Amino acid sequence: MLFELQKRLKTFHKGGIHPPDNKLSATARIEEIPLPRSVTIPIYQHIGTPPRVIVERGDTVRVGQVLAIHEGLVSANIHSSVSGKVGKIDRVLDSSGYKHIAINIRVKEDDWLEEIDRSEDLIDDIPYSSKEIIQKVMEAGVVGQGGAAFPSHVKLSIPENRTVDTLIINGVECEPYLTADHRIMLERPYEIFVGTQILMKATGATKAIIAIENNKQDAIQLLSSIADDYPNIDIEALQVQYPQGGERQLIEALLDREVPSGGLPIDVGTIVHNVGTTYSVYQAVQKNQPLIQRVVTVTGPSVSKPSNFMVRIGTSVADLIAAAGGVPEDTGKIINGGPMMGKAIQDLKVPITKATSGILLIPEKETWRSEEYNCVRCGKCIEVCPMGLEPMQLVLLAKGKAADKAEAEHILDCMECGSCSFVCPSNRPILDYIRYGKGQVKKEQIK
Amino acid sequence: MSDVVIYTLLVLVTLGIIAAVILFWVSRRFSVEEDPRREQLMDALPNTNCGGCGFPGCGGFANALLQADDLKPYHCPVGGNEVMKEVSKILGKEVEEKDPFVAIVRCTGSFESRKQTNVYDGAANCTIASELYSGDHGCAYGCVGLGECVDACDFDAMYMDKQTGLPVIIEDKCTACNACVTACPKDIIELWPVGRKHQRIYVACKNEEKSGVARQECAVACTGCAKCFDECTYDAIVVENNLATIDFEKCTLCAKCVIVCDSRSIEADNVPEKSLTKLMDIRAKKLEREKAKRLEEKNSNNEQIKSVSEPPKISRDAI
Repeated sequence: MLFELQKRLKTFHKGGIHPPDNKLSATARIEEIPLPRSVTIPIYQHIGTPPRVIVERGDTVRVGQVLAIHEGLVSANIHSSVSGKVGKIDRVLDSSGYKHIAINIRVKEDDWLEEIDRSEDLIDDIPYSSKEIIQKVMEAGVVGQGGAAFPSHVKLSIPENRTVDTLIINGVECEPYLTADHRIMLERPYEIFVGTQILMKATGATKAIIAIENNKQDAIQLLSSIADDYPNIDIEALQVQYPQGGERQLIEALLDREVPSGGLPIDVGTIVHNVGTTYSVYQAVQKNQPLIQRVVTVTGPSVSKPSNFMVRIGTSVADLIAAAGGVPEDTGKIINGGPMMGKAIQDLKVPITKATSGILLIPEKETWRSEEYNCVRCGKCIEVCPMGLEPMQLVLLAKGKAADKAEAEHILDCMECGSCSFVCPSNRPILDYIRYGKGQVKKEQIK
Repeated sequence: MSDVVIYTLLVLVTLGIIAAVILFWVSRRFSVEEDPRREQLMDALPNTNCGGCGFPGCGGFANALLQADDLKPYHCPVGGNEVMKEVSKILGKEVEEKDPFVAIVRCTGSFESRKQTNVYDGAANCTIASELYSGDHGCAYGCVGLGECVDACDFDAMYMDKQTGLPVIIEDKCTACNACVTACPKDIIELWPVGRKHQRIYVACKNEEKSGVARQECAVACTGCAKCFDECTYDAIVVENNLATIDFEKCTLCAKCVIVCDSRSIEADNVPEKSLTKLMDIRAKKLEREKAKRLEEKNSNNEQIKSVSEPPKISRDAI
């Protein structure tokens, strides 16, 4: 009995770090915030080509109406998250720090399209075929909500010569502070199970694993008790380690398969979707609700009320922070995303997009980067790199602008988890330089 | 004792002779035929290995020159026409004379004129700051101010002005090798012909935002108001995407555009202050004249209106 309890949990084997958890908002229920006065919906919220805008200034739109239609292979629809009048369609500062085209809508009432089912009843009957599901997911503009925002219908369309045996649902949420996925697992568990079954049907997978890190015991217990009714869905508790939420790391931890360099999970017969995405897929297929809202964590060490909100896409960060008790006085940086992979934002008017999983307010004393020293060749960055790269070497190659050599050292495999910068005793901005090097390699490839 | 010395000497001398014979044979057998003109070329070229000609160093340029049939497309920006004349002498082919170029900075957004919107504390490298973040000010087109161009310069022809946060080019040292131009991630630095009497007039801004937004971002941003376009009588100015650009081939250095620009974003290099103030006076007088004319017109209009609005006086006698 004791031996069984001590059974080691699965995890990935190469590198990894243990940053402090700080899941301050883990017990805060998902709340809806009051409708904002106006929303700014960027049309470029995903990886791939931006969609084509089909509304004009002065048009009246309803909740769920298509604002921009996907164009090209990798692209996603954008829907209106509110009802009201379309205002300016102009370039607006977004969380990238640059201006991109966005549609401003002045909110008037809350008028939803009739075909959207807004009831909370669970529909667990799936009468659709694989093609129909992918079509519905595409129309709903669902993208991956783990951070990369890759259009989900592209991921679900399995090439003819490949098969998927296992579907992985990613509920790891290894980023410190963030609890959006955790709360959605606790509060919408049945929907996630139905969503998982929809995804299995779409991809033809016979087995699904919902992976959760061991620091979310309540979610593991709740989902395990429901999983008894679903024989082909397993719940797997994983040892806590960053960056376990990365696709490749998760696949290695669960299935002990290694995705080849430059390849995709589909090459090893699996596919990974985030729990947030799974919930959106459920909403899209069973309730005809496009991706117009998502769960966003607003947190920080001195935030008065760390919370999780169900937010309409396009709401400004300022509105969200106000709902969580306002900006604390000692705030030094406001970060879009988690502390490891997130990006500091410049302006509180920046809108929430499909990829925003959290807004993090960090006190000033924790934000300053310490002075940078010379590399002492301690090799810690190599030790922690989950992709098995040599970060210090890549920095030198990037600085020397040796794009060909950097490419030969697999710089493009870096997933920018930031573990190297986190452990560096000389406080070197390793990740900045690796991104710089990646940019060089990509430029060369385009040439 | 003396035997030892003699034998040693004998052995060493024999070994030396054998080695010399082998080396002589090897050097003959494997000798590389080199064009004697290459050495002459290398002497003529400036040997800075800056790559401004587009070839890897002066050696690469010399090889390319030797193989070329037509020397017209080749030019050494560092040596200029003098060096190219020598090259032409050595190779016996004609070269094209090219105007000397110099690098210019198309941004005048100093600390004073553009607001700092956030604090950037990442790696001190312009490309990183601009590709991943937008730097620490609002203008997405302007100088980032981290000095990557200065690092790229091999000739000490640039420095960062600490007061303005902008790079400054020392014209005498600049060889137009293009290193700073390729280093700048915002494409602010451009190569321009040195120009008559070293005078150049150019729009020192690349901001393509609409006028209101541009003005918000930077006090000296080009707003695309096209006043300079209207003023220019030589068709040298084009306004595209809310940004004016001056064509150096058409510009006659009349400097009228410099005077009309409200945001002071047109830069006049080495144009004497006197001529600018003179132009300013002329413009001020012209404006005054126009104002007076307008006033006059207005008054006369008013009188006309008065005269029209007053009913004609009809004498009773006529009826």
